Amino acid sequence: MTSVPLLDVKDLSVEFRTRGGIVKALDRVDFSVEKGEMIAIVGESGSGKSVSAYTIMGILDPAGKATSGSAVFGGQDLLRAKESELRELRGREMSMIFQNPRVALNPIRRVGAQIADVLIEHGGVTRAEAPGRAIDMLKKVRIPDPERRAKAYPFELSGGMCQRIMIAIALACSPKLLIADEPTTGLDVTTQAVIMDLIAELGAAQGMSTVLITHDLGMAAEYCNRIVVMHAGHVVETAPTAELFNNPRHPYTARLIAATPRPTASLRGLASIPGSLPDLRATHIPPCRYSLRCERKTPDCDKPLPVHRQKDGALVACWNPL
Amino acid sequence: MLLLIGKRLLSAIPSVIGVLVVTFLLTRALPGDPAAYFAGPAATPQAIAEIRKSLGLDKSLPEQFVVYVKDLARGDLGNSIATGRPVLEEVRSRLPASLELTLLGLVVSVGIAVPLGVLAATRPGSWIDHSCRVITTAGVSLPAFFTGLLLIYVLYYLLGWAPAPLGRLDIFNSAPRDITGLYLVDSLLVGDLETFWAALKQLLLPAFTLAVFTLAPIARMTRASMLEVLSSDFIRTARASGLSPGKVVYAYAFRNAMLPVVTTLGMVFSFLLGANVLVEKVFSWPGIGTFAIEALIASDYAPIQGFVLTMALMYVLLNLAIDVLYIVIDPRVGFEA
Amino acid sequence: MSETWKHIRYVLTENPVTLFAFGLFGLLLICALFGPWLAPHDPLFTDAARALKPPSAQHWFGTDALGRDIFSRVLVATRLDLGIAFSAVILTFGIGAIAGIAAGYFGGWTDRVVGRIADTIMAFPLFVLAMGIVAALGNTVGNIVIATAIINMPLYARVARAEANIRRNAGFVEAARLSGNSEGRILFMHILPNILPILMVQCSLTMGYAILNAAGLSFIGLGIAPPTPEWGILVAEGAQYIISGEWWVALFPGLALMLAVFCFNLLGDGLRDMVDPRRRT
Repeated sequence: MTSVPLLDVKDLSVEFRTRGGIVKALDRVDFSVEKGEMIAIVGESGSGKSVSAYTIMGILDPAGKATSGSAVFGGQDLLRAKESELRELRGREMSMIFQNPRVALNPIRRVGAQIADVLIEHGGVTRAEAPGRAIDMLKKVRIPDPERRAKAYPFELSGGMCQRIMIAIALACSPKLLIADEPTTGLDVTTQAVIMDLIAELGAAQGMSTVLITHDLGMAAEYCNRIVVMHAGHVVETAPTAELFNNPRHPYTARLIAATPRPTASLRGLASIPGSLPDLRATHIPPCRYSLRCERKTPDCDKPLPVHRQKDGALVACWNPL
Repeated sequence: MLLLIGKRLLSAIPSVIGVLVVTFLLTRALPGDPAAYFAGPAATPQAIAEIRKSLGLDKSLPEQFVVYVKDLARGDLGNSIATGRPVLEEVRSRLPASLELTLLGLVVSVGIAVPLGVLAATRPGSWIDHSCRVITTAGVSLPAFFTGLLLIYVLYYLLGWAPAPLGRLDIFNSAPRDITGLYLVDSLLVGDLETFWAALKQLLLPAFTLAVFTLAPIARMTRASMLEVLSSDFIRTARASGLSPGKVVYAYAFRNAMLPVVTTLGMVFSFLLGANVLVEKVFSWPGIGTFAIEALIASDYAPIQGFVLTMALMYVLLNLAIDVLYIVIDPRVGFEA
Repeated sequence: MSETWKHIRYVLTENPVTLFAFGLFGLLLICALFGPWLAPHDPLFTDAARALKPPSAQHWFGTDALGRDIFSRVLVATRLDLGIAFSAVILTFGIGAIAGIAAGYFGGWTDRVVGRIADTIMAFPLFVLAMGIVAALGNTVGNIVIATAIINMPLYARVARAEANIRRNAGFVEAARLSGNSEGRILFMHILPNILPILMVQCSLTMGYAILNAAGLSFIGLGIAPPTPEWGILVAEGAQYIISGEWWVALFPGLALMLAVFCFNLLGDGLRDMVDPRRRT
């Protein structure tokens, strides 16, 4: 791995100012995405997966603020870029799709027009050409009868259709990076696989890098070459998929794998993870945010968290790894 | 869509029936014996009985109601005792003055309130947000008749910018040829700009008075609705797609945020039509409000009934128009069960 | 409970405006209760020699066309204005809340009847309906109260209906039913106390509207007869002097009216923040 990664996030910390005090949502998060690679960020709700994505895209809520670190994308640090520069990148160089596609689309605008909006904004497409190009995009995401569907409103389409529209919007300008934030949440099980296949296939065809944000380790394993495991705002482990499953090093990763249903496992064998995420508003958050739920806790765990890096880019943040 | 609009039109029928029943009952609830009242203080019992018969008051209430509705259908609202003319004629000649004032009041109100609400929502916590809150709270707290008087004192008496608050035109101008009855429209139709400006000058102060009283609900709703829409998922999508802030705020957020605002217009019209009566009195406006107040003082009941009925029917119509507008602008209406 | 107090304290300290509204409310209450004793002059005493005098040390708010002291008249009027509004709100509360709760709790035809009545009232511009009612029932203070109560009824009925409907099958209602309480008892002892806070907010918000409505009616000459001091009439009396520059006759009663309405509106907003944290803006 000598090449420069497409996206390199280093030491990223994000804080939210709330009525209950400052919430340290992300703490020195590190990960990178190579060109054409598909990686997964996995963790429970509230682990900071989406906050990481929003920070990179520059669409974080105004109450949240990146307090340290960098996110270098194509040679430019996104955290220090001006809003106008970020806007140029968003939708053209990097795109994002979201969960619950039916509410993630403008309810009173025809879907064709929503795709056309992005094309006009970034693609150098004229207003006259835009509707035709939008229909081309609908064909690309394999929506049957695209001419008619372009005139539909989101409420007239199924969830799976809406997610295809979202993908069409995101890929309209052939971005280099796609962040898919739980793209299959809120969809039927059968539709989930179709959508994921579509994302993987279109990504591969365009040589696009994809970050899949999910809580589903199984889905991450199926589609991604590398997995970043997050817990309570920390990256606890990063490893190639096979390596992570065969030889998890962080106790949380091991628990997560044990809690993931597989065809061979019985329901009885399925483990749950005890405890819940620590209160990130507390002024004295333990250095290792997993230590409160960890059965391998040692006295060392109250010291600042060590980060062991391997030469292949893998990483584990633990005093007492497996 | 036409089917939906048709359905909505039909659903106005119960409201119209309700309005008819209430206005009917109001006249029958007159204190004392209406027949004795109409006969005058010196009438003999025989004369009273005759009048009772001629008014149909000896029949049962449902029968009287049928007669009442039949009269209405013929456009017979009774006669004004004070002027001796049919109430329908009186109302018809005065309605355009009230309508022009009310509609301009609405335009001014929306013109101030919507931008204010949008600015407050897009800059939460800023000085403009706080002043939006102060203006709206003060606006609903100011009685319309008091605002009108204050404006007259400052803009007419002290500064001399506004014309005397005495009706639709000052004495040097004559009314434009009667086409719609709305002076602004009529003067433009005949190309009489001088009259147009004269009429507009007379209208501005009362219309602004109405606007101050009614902008609060619109501004509050715009702000709340904008805030909600701006934090919704599809706005996040629009921002993530790199759409320009103008496009995000106006083409995406604003259009969605306007939908609930349109539905509050019904309440706004209720405010407007009520405040209209007070504003007409303050500005000596020759509309149906002033007409009704004169009738109230003279205990002239037929005009009051005609006034209440006209206002209520107008209100039902305006609500209908709002709902039809909503059906046109929101594609989802009728699809969600 | 301590959570509630903490929340109330939070609202008050976070929003000094609400604290100000409470202060203003206290002031209004004092004026209403003790106005006649606090007034420096007899509000009905006329003196042609001192007609239309601008505000001075002797007459803080000036004098009107008959030489009456406007400050005293405005002060004494507080009781009548608040009294009318308060009676109207109580009356609406009584009718509207009970009808609404019954509609929400029983559903069926009760719901339809209450809904129909509320819709019919709402089919009118409310102030116009109030004018019609006072004209029909007769030109008295009592009828102003009734008219104001009627036009506010649908608001209460709707709020009460929605809240009762939510609680209709709530656990505590189910429990009360199982332990053999009659429907009426459940309504009054279990549902009403539960939605009382929300209705009290509604009361405060409509109090301002009730004051405006009553003053508007008397401004156009309905209800209260001169020379009784009442804010709406006082403004009406001053209206004719505005264009000749005697501003004080209309200004001070108008300001009193505005402050009272402002106070109840602020109070209503503040109370809503306390009762219903979700709808805080």
